[in-house]
Amino acid sequence: MSMPALQARTIHATLGGIEVLHGLDLDLPAGRWTSIVGPNGAGKSTLLRVLAGLLPHTGEVLLLGQPLAALGGRQRARQLAWLGQNEGSADELSAWDVAMLGRLPHQSWLAAPSAADHAAVEQALRATQAWDWRDRPLSQLSGGERQRVLLARALAVQAQVLLMDEPLANLDPPHQADWLQMVRCQVTAGKTVVSVLHEISLALHADDLVILSKGRLAWQGACADAATHRALEQVFDHRIAIHPLAGQWVALPR
Amino acid sequence: MSPAARAHHRAAWLATGLLALALLLLAAGVGVGSTGLQSIWRALDDATARQIVLDIRLPRTLGAWLAGALLGLAGAVAQGLFRNPLADPFLLGSASGAALGVALALVLFGFSPLAASWLSALGLTGAAFFGSMAAVLLTLALARGVQHTLRLLLSGVIVGVVLGAIGSLVTLLAPETMPAMQAFMLGSTGFVGWPACGLMAAAFVACLAVAWTLSPVLDGLTLGEATARSLGLPLAPLRMALVGVLALATGAAVAQTGLIAFVGLAAPHLVRSAVKTTHGRLMVLSALTGGALLLAADILARAGIAPQELPVGVLTAVLGGGYLLWLMHRGRGQRGVA
Repeated sequence: MSMPALQARTIHATLGGIEVLHGLDLDLPAGRWTSIVGPNGAGKSTLLRVLAGLLPHTGEVLLLGQPLAALGGRQRARQLAWLGQNEGSADELSAWDVAMLGRLPHQSWLAAPSAADHAAVEQALRATQAWDWRDRPLSQLSGGERQRVLLARALAVQAQVLLMDEPLANLDPPHQADWLQMVRCQVTAGKTVVSVLHEISLALHADDLVILSKGRLAWQGACADAATHRALEQVFDHRIAIHPLAGQWVALPR
Repeated sequence: MSPAARAHHRAAWLATGLLALALLLLAAGVGVGSTGLQSIWRALDDATARQIVLDIRLPRTLGAWLAGALLGLAGAVAQGLFRNPLADPFLLGSASGAALGVALALVLFGFSPLAASWLSALGLTGAAFFGSMAAVLLTLALARGVQHTLRLLLSGVIVGVVLGAIGSLVTLLAPETMPAMQAFMLGSTGFVGWPACGLMAAAFVACLAVAWTLSPVLDGLTLGEATARSLGLPLAPLRMALVGVLALATGAAVAQTGLIAFVGLAAPHLVRSAVKTTHGRLMVLSALTGGALLLAADILARAGIAPQELPVGVLTAVLGGGYLLWLMHRGRGQRGVA
């Protein structure tokens, strides 16, 4: 097996003085899509922020084999793209300007965007069907449209590893399907995608599932594996059941 | 044309328009005064008239533009840094610090309110400048750095309130300084000479250069702190530098012209209502707008009820406030002007 994209070693992290992650160890395989799921408060978003190097923690995170803490900010930013939830609004910037911010790690300071930057931004905006309103400021877009622009911003980084926290917020079903397809494209192109999703049925579209419970790793396994489904049901106190439907897995309340 | 180029085009046109407006206002400003337009015609052969035009009206007019430009720039920096449309240049306590400095200087050194000699003007200017800088440093110390935006904002409020109260107390204990204090609080461009213009111009060029260089940070911050950091931006030192720009620009303007209200708050909003653009251009345009706004207000203040003069701060509040109100209602339903 090739080197993992992300490795976490005995991660402890606290939020507001309360320890949220208790010595977590995790290897996330490269070239695959991993979904992190778990009950509310399990530490999903915290783990994702630790993996992105955005939250102080003890223990070590390795990005593509290198200690995250030893990487320079720009170097890390070129290898790892981050899409958070409910962060900034960027109301005044146009969709184009926002997506172009994803190119910051590639540009020398104050240099005009290169042809490669323009191409990456156009490709990203087209991939999320945000190209048609590239001129419009974000204040004039709906929640779902904004989310697609922010997603394009993360794609424009063209990083090897893409971390997304609840990326489907505000997206309607057709655009959720588009998102799934976009993630598939990324993975086919050799990229690693890690997403936090609270919607279990969508999370089960991933290659692998990481199940967190109370700040610890409860299970890690393939989404298609029956043992993974049993682990899911157990973590959610058997309040859900995983069923096959039309070639997919769906989680239904029991 | 790419979308970015289109927006840049609009911004460039707006900048050209604002510069042309500044030149027009500059010409008007030179023609306004107690001796009226005559001084201009006579300036060629009459030494007194020449002095009035070159040593009083011109520096004062230019100074009004520069002070407005500094405040407009500071306002854009503040609103970007705090990601808050209500942020203004006085947010970190600059105004109260400057007022306290002036109040202390008036009491300790006994500057007569009527003395407009260069010595007392320099003393008050220095007191205002150092007062505003000290207030910002105090705010930074209380917030323990710039990392925590909300803490910084609250510390600014605390410093503003406490220093403001102390300043008022000092003035109350020395009632003879009250008229001079009031004049400072309302702002005036009346004492701006060539040295003041030089200082403000130097501060403006330095602040604008640093702000322009750091503008990608403000763009990145619109996406939230986590995303900005994920883009590899070293937020702490860059934020500190931007706070420095904010403090210096505000301090330089306040020291020369007193507490001029509203220019710093209104200018960035006026720009945003005309063009949506990235922070680099927004800051340049805000500076140009602030300059035009304060200069226009100053000319009105001098000409409106001539030979009397209104304090220019009253006019910036009325003009800027009125225009912003009109924009707000015109743009109802849009989120352009908050």
